[in-house]
Amino acid sequence: MPTRSQTLAKANALRGMFETQGAVLVEPPILQPAGTLLDLYGEDIRARAYVTSDALRGEQMLRPDFTVPVVQMHMADGAEPARYTYAGEVFRRQEHDPDRANEYVQVGYEVFDRTDPAGADAEVFALIASALDGLPVTPVTGDIGVLMAAVDGLQTTQRRKAALMRHIWRPRRFRQMLHRFAGQTPIPATRAALLAGDVITDAPLIGLRSAAEIGARVQALHDDAAAPPITGDEVDLIEALLGLRETLPFALTRLHDLAMDLPAISSAVARIDARAQALAARGVAIDQLMFDASYGRSQMEYYDGFVFGFRAEGRPDLPSIAGGGRYDALTRRLGQGAEIPAVGGVMRPGLMLELEAAR
Amino acid sequence: MTLKLGVPSKGRLMEKTFDWFAARGITLERTGSEREYAGRVEGIEGIGLMLLSAGEVPRELAAGNIHLGVTGTDLVQEKLALWDQQVEPLAELGFGHADLILAVPQAWIDVDTLDDLDAAAAAFREKHGFRMRIATKYHRLVRDHLRTHGVADYALVDSQGATEGTVANETAEAVADITSSGQTLRANHLKQLSDEPILQSQATLWRSRVAEMDSGDEQALNALLARL
Repeated sequence: MPTRSQTLAKANALRGMFETQGAVLVEPPILQPAGTLLDLYGEDIRARAYVTSDALRGEQMLRPDFTVPVVQMHMADGAEPARYTYAGEVFRRQEHDPDRANEYVQVGYEVFDRTDPAGADAEVFALIASALDGLPVTPVTGDIGVLMAAVDGLQTTQRRKAALMRHIWRPRRFRQMLHRFAGQTPIPATRAALLAGDVITDAPLIGLRSAAEIGARVQALHDDAAAPPITGDEVDLIEALLGLRETLPFALTRLHDLAMDLPAISSAVARIDARAQALAARGVAIDQLMFDASYGRSQMEYYDGFVFGFRAEGRPDLPSIAGGGRYDALTRRLGQGAEIPAVGGVMRPGLMLELEAAR
Repeated sequence: MTLKLGVPSKGRLMEKTFDWFAARGITLERTGSEREYAGRVEGIEGIGLMLLSAGEVPRELAAGNIHLGVTGTDLVQEKLALWDQQVEPLAELGFGHADLILAVPQAWIDVDTLDDLDAAAAAFREKHGFRMRIATKYHRLVRDHLRTHGVADYALVDSQGATEGTVANETAEAVADITSSGQTLRANHLKQLSDEPILQSQATLWRSRVAEMDSGDEQALNALLARL
């Protein structure tokens, strides 16, 4: 295991590499207000981050990542385009796996640039790939945007699309909902009774949720029952998309085929195409680069376009050595009306040293 | 050395535990006054009794301060991460049955499953600007359960007692709590969701995997195991 000073020295060297690319060094505080993170991630973040509090500032979290504070800082007063780098500890609760570190050093690079998204994606990926050069790691890429475009293009109600979109980062739940909207799973008996008007109650209404809200959901359930199911063909197309795992050139061929039946994904596919060219222009060997359409779906739910990660070969016990992605929607949510396309990635110098030592 | 057995210090849980051991020829007794938390074991050699709050038993087992303890599955799983690496269940005692369940107002005719709860939570957040609040003291168990089942847009609020009252008081929209008969729920105009409970709990005799034992302790444990 590398010592802390070795890890920090490695982190500084990596950060220096990003600084020579023109990145500005930023140092967000370790204690972050909990409100923003809770608002973004919901209750799940409490299982992943350490929460503390004081009487004056209320709940604070030990930063579980740098991206959110960097985005907040940029949206508050950043000039554009902007490139940032940082290095420091992040803290993650580990309640299920004692072998995973709960405190480790991350080095990251974030690009806020609206001129050339494909170029920015390729820039972040290629810089991190070059820093990892010589280590036994394998990259995998994906794109959450193409799946979102596919959902958006379904021939069904807005409400169903919104429900699917909301669960895009929860693969199991997403699939359950898709099959239910396609009429492929039976309606629970209690739901059928409700729709038949057989559920009545004389219980007093308690709590904040009003009778109007209950009525609105009952109406929504009636509307949903009356709407035609999502067709089996469309379900098959989504399944085919989710199951797509090929090297990038083959994946693109398949994506162009899928776009014939699912024209809504055409522009998302065009963006993947442009990114592939930008990656190739930066010397990335795209013929060997894996594209996995489901990659990144069970991680933090702010990526909405390009996603990538680097796994250690023969070490499935290790978490990703590096990873990142595009998070345009996050800048919108934290920007109070403003937005800017953004992409970034992080590396774990401690794990990199571990891999170097094992060679 | 004696093998230390931790038992709930009051109420029906204590009485029923005493009865359970008595049925196996082991007499557990509180010594001194009613208020004194010391005890005596007769009918078996080398075991000492410690009377503890049921909620402290998991922690004492995990710390190795007691070798054996009686408490509910719910408390062990809530309080101990990787509980099965720290304690081992030796016997289910057949009482103290309780389910950890989710409950919502009976008037919510549109909510019967976790699926419904998730949809209602999404609409609630949109309407009220904050997440649907679920009052509980079982944070870890409830959060794990809701994550596994893909429920989003909720927030857990801490409630260490009178949890069923939080909805009427408008400090929560739903509750997750232990129930045995459901009477308290009904009295508070709440209903249980129809899905499987989050956890089915009962009083259980646990062995600490970390408490140190000498040969005398092992003898005492084997003698006890032979009676179970």
